[in-house]
Amino acid sequence: MTLLVAFLAITINFLIPRAMPGDPIEQQLSQLSATSGGNVGDIQAMVKAYRERFGLDKPLWRQYLNYLSDVARGDWGYSLTNYPERVSDVLRAGLPWTLALLGTATLLSFSIGTLLGGLLAWPGSSRWVHVLGVPVILLSAVPYFILGILLMFAFALSFPLLPVAGGYPFGFTPAWNWATVGYMALHAVLPAMSIILASIGTWAIAMRGMVISVRGEDYILLAEAKGLSARRVFLAYGLRNALLPQLTHLALTLSHIVSGAILVEVIFAYPGIGYRLYQAIHAKDYFVIQGIVLLLSVSIAFTMLLMDLLYPLIDPRIRPGRQNK
Amino acid sequence: MPTRAALQRILPRRGVAVSRETPGTWRRAGAAMASEPMLASGLLLLLLVGLFAMLGPLVINTELAQIGAAPPRQRPGAEHWLGTDVQGRDIFAALVLATPQTLKIGLFAGVMGLGLGCILGLLAGYFGGWTDTVVRTLADVVMTIPGIAVLVLVATNVRSMTVALMAVIVAGLAWMYPTRTIRAQTLSMRERPYVDIARLNGMGGLQLVFTEIFPNLLPYIAASFVTAVSSAMLATIGLEALGLGPQNEFTLGMMIFWAQYYGAILRNLWWWWLPPVAMMALIFIALLLTSTGMDRLVNRRLRVEA
Repeated sequence: MTLLVAFLAITINFLIPRAMPGDPIEQQLSQLSATSGGNVGDIQAMVKAYRERFGLDKPLWRQYLNYLSDVARGDWGYSLTNYPERVSDVLRAGLPWTLALLGTATLLSFSIGTLLGGLLAWPGSSRWVHVLGVPVILLSAVPYFILGILLMFAFALSFPLLPVAGGYPFGFTPAWNWATVGYMALHAVLPAMSIILASIGTWAIAMRGMVISVRGEDYILLAEAKGLSARRVFLAYGLRNALLPQLTHLALTLSHIVSGAILVEVIFAYPGIGYRLYQAIHAKDYFVIQGIVLLLSVSIAFTMLLMDLLYPLIDPRIRPGRQNK
Repeated sequence: MPTRAALQRILPRRGVAVSRETPGTWRRAGAAMASEPMLASGLLLLLLVGLFAMLGPLVINTELAQIGAAPPRQRPGAEHWLGTDVQGRDIFAALVLATPQTLKIGLFAGVMGLGLGCILGLLAGYFGGWTDTVVRTLADVVMTIPGIAVLVLVATNVRSMTVALMAVIVAGLAWMYPTRTIRAQTLSMRERPYVDIARLNGMGGLQLVFTEIFPNLLPYIAASFVTAVSSAMLATIGLEALGLGPQNEFTLGMMIFWAQYYGAILRNLWWWWLPPVAMMALIFIALLLTSTGMDRLVNRRLRVEA
């Protein structure tokens, strides 16, 4: 399955640009010459040279095989706008930012949302939980980036408590030290908040459904009959048993971590993968766009594989070889 | 008192009252609305947005949405209700033009995705075998590849984007979820007695699928329609905000894109970005209320019938 997904993603990535009318190289070059004033004869020669350089003069199946081997070897081509820079460098520069932002935000919203959902379904939880539940669930309908715009307006412009955009102050060079971590954290607060606020509701709705179905089980009845404290019954019997589908959902969400919040990054000019995709789209930097799209698909295939391997650790029922004993 | 609370929990819950006589369609619809306030308020909000989208262009002078039709950067006032942007476009007029376009993309992509999903799901669920294997694998694989990635790839390689093309592209990735839902329901419908009777009467294949099973799936189809429209609209707005939308037409996503492009947020021109943002939030919340309400209604009816 993982291989099939990765393979299909790479193939789509190869075919779509070639199936579209128009030649990106010709387009790019004629645009360049229009701005810098070259003549048309040169362009035809240049197009030919570039075709040979990128192997576009070969038959489609040879191009496809070349592409597969290039991708497998990690050679994803060069950026067209910042020429000597390789696509893999662009990706490597953006990835840590995205992983840090989305990882933290996903785990936080998962914990808060799951707890809230459990409380919403549990009889005898405080009235405040239900009052809080309504806006949180409504917010889950609103796209992340729309919430991001509102938060930016409120906390960075109207009340300038937090930085407006970027990943670190202007003129600062990020390095592996504590100052960088501090700036990163400060600049990540608003983007993270917009993701967290918009996704708590989704977790809460799912968890609420699970806890409601667990609530009628006999072991809850037994736990109550034994006279265990309400808190103990809730945490150890209710939440714990309802948690498993949530964890599956969490794993799925984590696999979408790279593609999850492209627009939040764009709004806050946060220097992750999403913002770089936006910049590449504007500069019509085809190879960077393709590289990022490929990264998104491959990272999902990869985390799915990881999930399949880790799942037996979480759920003892599907541990392999168990039924043989 | 643990035992008493526990006892209360296992007492049978009261279902919905099932009336003995069958009241008229309108009366039944009214009763359904009254029992599901979420559905009622969601539909009401959608109706208001729909009215705004349909009547707005008839009442408002949409010429004002052209570049340079009004003095730039006006605050909201009597002359321009929601102010104007840096290029001298009246925001209210732009909003009036953009809302129906965005709704159109969402509806069209939702209908196409759902239609494709229905056909594939019915066929896979009823015929099983290799048809089922192919459809299921295809849906699972396409579902795993991030939609936004494929959309970006297609959209960057298209010469000029239009509203219709946008809808087609988004619909191409909106069929997987309906396919899975419809397939699962068809599987359970297939084993019902009335399907057996139809089969014994000599009805077979496609005719049976579309005359016996399909009508019984309508409640599910209605519920997944709302979800399909909502996710299609979300995908559309995402693409547009990235700058891949129709450059020459007004949609809510393009309004946000231009506002972001000209730095409206940083320059504190709140009347520029707030109207499209608010309109979108309103539409999404209305769709969420409608789909949640519909889900609850459908599930409850099934519980009572069972």
